[in-house]
Amino acid sequence: MSILIDKTTKVICQGFTGGQATQHCIQCIDYGTALVGGVTPGKGGQTHLDLPVFNTVKEAVENTDATASLIFVPARFCKSSILEAAESGISLIVCITEGIPIIDMLEVKAKCDDLGVRLIGPNCPGIITPGESKMGIMPGDIHLPGRVGIISRSGTLTYEAVKQTSDLGFGQTSCVGIGGDPIPGTSFIDVLDLFENDSSTEAIVMVGEIGGTAEEAAAEFIQSNVTKPVVSYIAGVTAPPGKRMGHAGAIIAGGKGTADDKFKALEAAGVHTVKSPADIGKGIAEVTGW
Amino acid sequence: MNLHEYQSKQLFREYKISVSEGLAAASVEEAEKIAKSLNVNKWVVKAQVHAGGRGKAGGVEVVDSIEKVKEFADKWLGQNLVTFQTDEKGQPVNEILIETCTEIDKELYLGAVIDRASQRLVVMASTEGGVNIEEVAEETPEKIFKAEIDPITGPKLSQATDLSDRLGLNQTQTSQFQEIFDGLIKLFIEKDLSLVEVNPLVITSSGDLICLDAKINVDSNAIYRQDQIAALRDPSQEDQREAKAAEWDLSYVALDGSIGCMVNGAGLAMGTMDIIKLHGGEPANFLDVGGTADSKRVAEAFKIILSDKNVNTVLINIFGGIVRCDVIANGIVEALTVMGVSVPVVVRLEGNSAEKGLRILDQCELNIIPASNLEEAASLAVKASTGDIA
Repeated sequence: MSILIDKTTKVICQGFTGGQATQHCIQCIDYGTALVGGVTPGKGGQTHLDLPVFNTVKEAVENTDATASLIFVPARFCKSSILEAAESGISLIVCITEGIPIIDMLEVKAKCDDLGVRLIGPNCPGIITPGESKMGIMPGDIHLPGRVGIISRSGTLTYEAVKQTSDLGFGQTSCVGIGGDPIPGTSFIDVLDLFENDSSTEAIVMVGEIGGTAEEAAAEFIQSNVTKPVVSYIAGVTAPPGKRMGHAGAIIAGGKGTADDKFKALEAAGVHTVKSPADIGKGIAEVTGW
Repeated sequence: MNLHEYQSKQLFREYKISVSEGLAAASVEEAEKIAKSLNVNKWVVKAQVHAGGRGKAGGVEVVDSIEKVKEFADKWLGQNLVTFQTDEKGQPVNEILIETCTEIDKELYLGAVIDRASQRLVVMASTEGGVNIEEVAEETPEKIFKAEIDPITGPKLSQATDLSDRLGLNQTQTSQFQEIFDGLIKLFIEKDLSLVEVNPLVITSSGDLICLDAKINVDSNAIYRQDQIAALRDPSQEDQREAKAAEWDLSYVALDGSIGCMVNGAGLAMGTMDIIKLHGGEPANFLDVGGTADSKRVAEAFKIILSDKNVNTVLINIFGGIVRCDVIANGIVEALTVMGVSVPVVVRLEGNSAEKGLRILDQCELNIIPASNLEEAASLAVKASTGDIA
């Protein structure tokens, strides 16, 4: 079992013929992802990576029965690409692109919610179910099919959590990068809920960072809804207030969104927190006794 | 990106949001001309910098003669204004705003932000204007009234009337408030803002609503489609190193410590700072080289890190996902060779092509200390920084 994707999930890629998309789609196919085609307006009818290219998502869905879309288009086109996918029968959208204007995201998020479409990202590494399928840019070889579910706002910190849980032999059920933007398509709570209801996930790693109150909301959710052990690390204890730390969403504003507040909220909810990003795997060993 | 008050007020005027009459001056002569043209006998003069707390720092005055307007302009233009929000050097004053003086009956607060929790544009109003709104939110949250704007259907008429009721406005003020409310939301969305603050919004002695201050932050992700806003950028108000880094698509924030950091990914970059601290060291900076780092950008990153004279050690932490570690390793060797870097450099490479990368570092004759994991990297960097290892 896993969440969101497995080896049967039929995936298309929007922005398919672009450089970044091509590079990562090759890696996804090598990993085992059931990539069935792609969309690049104006290039419909061509073949790319031995797969059909379509002008629109609608055509792609009609011809391939794809249910998921991986988006690599430039930020300025993301709003229309995401909405096109959402309105064409795609039920899972993963948007890797960074730099989407926040006004665009407000509308995108509201419309995806209305349509019941799950959007992961933007500004994220994507999702992977180890040994089955990956929709994203993460290095596949550090993963190991296993028992831990991982959720994170950061790309490379997700890899850190993955590597540590692989090195200790625990492995992962699925890993979800929800992205570093202020308005993410999918929240910690959404993914916590999925992992709680996934029978093969035995423990959860949640990696947060400064900015906003998503971790505090997750803490509340965990306290009343999650029975599985959760280990959490929050990046940015040393971050100064008022400065955006790379991610658009990583900023301590008006004294709110500090790592200390988040650690406190999580600890109060019974979450096992680790203060060092190098101790995530160790934390899982401690809470599970593995 | 931040705007100056005078720029924000110009945008307010375009959206029919009422503000005082006034203009910005870059010289004493210009200040005199503007003051005269306003045709009043009392003026408010305000130093224009990207920081709050100007009033307490002497950057805002009410004056009653043209001579005093000139004196204020002469005193501040070309100087730096230090407020509780700036560093000890302060921000350069290149313009002052000269406005007509408004007689105030009551100070209110009006703001608009993207609320991350509700995922909506939220307009906030309060009867507690002129003071620090964060404190009001903390101590008396019941005095802040909110309207969440639906991103698909837009604002409803009832939302503005509800807010003006709560602010206790009379009928004339309510219709004025409606105009300000609509203008503010239109401005916010059309110009891709991330924050607008009017503190205070005042009721004048003649009973009219007017915005006395105006603060605007713009969503930097949207600058590409906001030519008018892009032209308002004032690089003199920005941190020079951060601006230089941004030119190379590097995300850099200066800190006070001695260990320079070069990391790929914002989360891992923060995590690297945290683990340095846990090992008893102090990070000198946040630096994310991004997902497509090449040798040129690594070299630029080195230049920016080492331009901070407090840096006595550099820690490079790369977890290659998109970025290949051998490319980074070549970049490190090239940069160190060309620049003649003398401080110890601790390097941890993991993920995509890490072994290849480590081999490259192994074969060079430079002062590079390899680390096999994050924990070891932090420990070695702190030791190198405190002189415990050569």
